[in-house]
Amino acid sequence: MAKHKTPLLDQLESGPWPSFVSDIKDEAETRHKNPNGVDYQIPVDVCDDLLGILELSYVEGETHWKHGGIVGVFGYGGGVIGRYCDQPQAFPGVAHFHTVRVNQPSGMYYTSDYLRSIMDVWDRRGSGLTNMHGSTGDLVLLGTQTAQLEEIFFELTHNLNTDLGGSGGNLRTPSCCLGESRCEFACYDTQEMCHTLTNDYQDELHRPAFPYKFKFKFDGCPNGCVAAIARSDFSVIGTWRDKIRVDQKAVAAYVGGELAPNAGAYAGRDWGKFDIVAEIVNRCPSGCFQFEGGKVVINDKECVRCMHCINVMPRALRIGNDRGASILLGAKAPILDGPQMSSLLVPFISAEAPYDEVKEVIENIWDWWMEEGKNRERVGETMKRMGFQKLLEVTKRKPDPRNVWEPRHNPYIFWKEEDVTGGWTRDIDAYRKKHQR
Amino acid sequence: MALVYDDAKAKIVEFVESKSKTKSKFYFNDLCGVFPEEKQRDVKKILNQMVAEEIMIYWSSGSTTLYGLKGAGKQAAAEHED
Repeated sequence: MAKHKTPLLDQLESGPWPSFVSDIKDEAETRHKNPNGVDYQIPVDVCDDLLGILELSYVEGETHWKHGGIVGVFGYGGGVIGRYCDQPQAFPGVAHFHTVRVNQPSGMYYTSDYLRSIMDVWDRRGSGLTNMHGSTGDLVLLGTQTAQLEEIFFELTHNLNTDLGGSGGNLRTPSCCLGESRCEFACYDTQEMCHTLTNDYQDELHRPAFPYKFKFKFDGCPNGCVAAIARSDFSVIGTWRDKIRVDQKAVAAYVGGELAPNAGAYAGRDWGKFDIVAEIVNRCPSGCFQFEGGKVVINDKECVRCMHCINVMPRALRIGNDRGASILLGAKAPILDGPQMSSLLVPFISAEAPYDEVKEVIENIWDWWMEEGKNRERVGETMKRMGFQKLLEVTKRKPDPRNVWEPRHNPYIFWKEEDVTGGWTRDIDAYRKKHQR
Repeated sequence: MALVYDDAKAKIVEFVESKSKTKSKFYFNDLCGVFPEEKQRDVKKILNQMVAEEIMIYWSSGSTTLYGLKGAGKQAAAEHED
């Protein structure tokens, strides 16, 4: 029988979706039965008490978790998020309930043996509850006690060759799409870049000294499978400088119905015959895609890399051969000032190891943001506050028309205040004497 | 001017103790304010060393990290950590 009665939580199980309540109950039951004879290092009823304290919070309408604390492994300022409950006598199993963030492998490739080994550690030294994966990509291990932290860290690093992830005002665990390992659209080796930069910036990952969090994400192409442009301060997105490669025979096969558009992804319903004009030409955002005389003609200079045509006809259209990446900066979630997407900073950069060019951009940004950023200010907010032009200056980049939304959208990006007579302000009364409204 | 570890350590401890009546935890930026002429990365090296020597500790909320003197503030006692 359950340790605590949880009528409000039980109600959550009645909906149509899988319920986290059922999952926690399952784990609670498994821990009590202990079929594998695990030598539990934290209270066996941790999951029962977790449900109990959550029920109490539902009843009272307020949380019983305290936020943060002095927890971590020696020498690391991140990777562990301290959680303590404020009712330790009633719920001793969750008196401490710290979260451990574990750096996922690039592209999230695991062997089943690796996952079992992680769970062996976590069943023994933690609650057995996980969140795979957290928003930033980490394997999130939910709920352990302070005394177990160094032990977990030792086992992860020594036996599983795995490090903790990032938390706090530091570089968060970088993440990438699966890139060239499986995807023909990948314009660079995302896993290699993610892995290299994770290793090169260990100090930034584990010893916090930034004003706030800083995230790297690496998308191999503008399809953006890790949504770098929306979810990372520093977004690296694969692109090409030359032309989309067109195989006109395959185009004819798509038009003629021999090849299924979208690789057959929309085959579940009868959408009618594939109509290249309706499906691609009319949907091209920059109008650069034409279908004339049975052939595809692309004005590549106008292509904005929306990827739609390539996605619809992957056998006929392929990414160009002169490949690299674009760097965008400043995406963030809507905690302050609303959500923000990254802004294009570097239109094209080499994405070949050892990534010196990319690292130069990164380090220039960090030097500036660490100096000028306010506490708890994301780099995207610093960029907005001080101006995109300032960002170009600190990264030693020349303004480029692609830095602005459209021609003449914001020409002031090209001039500094001191270059303009009178600066950005003017005496409106003096002006009105000479110029009527 | 390069930072000398022992001098820098003494300055940081002095700064942190001077605020101890009102604050027990500090942003990295606050501590960099003690050395306005120095590069922040150099200050970070000093702080890392102080953490390694267990003079300072990290305090993390999960989204923000603060530095404090080991044992300062209510937290350590309140959580029965000491």
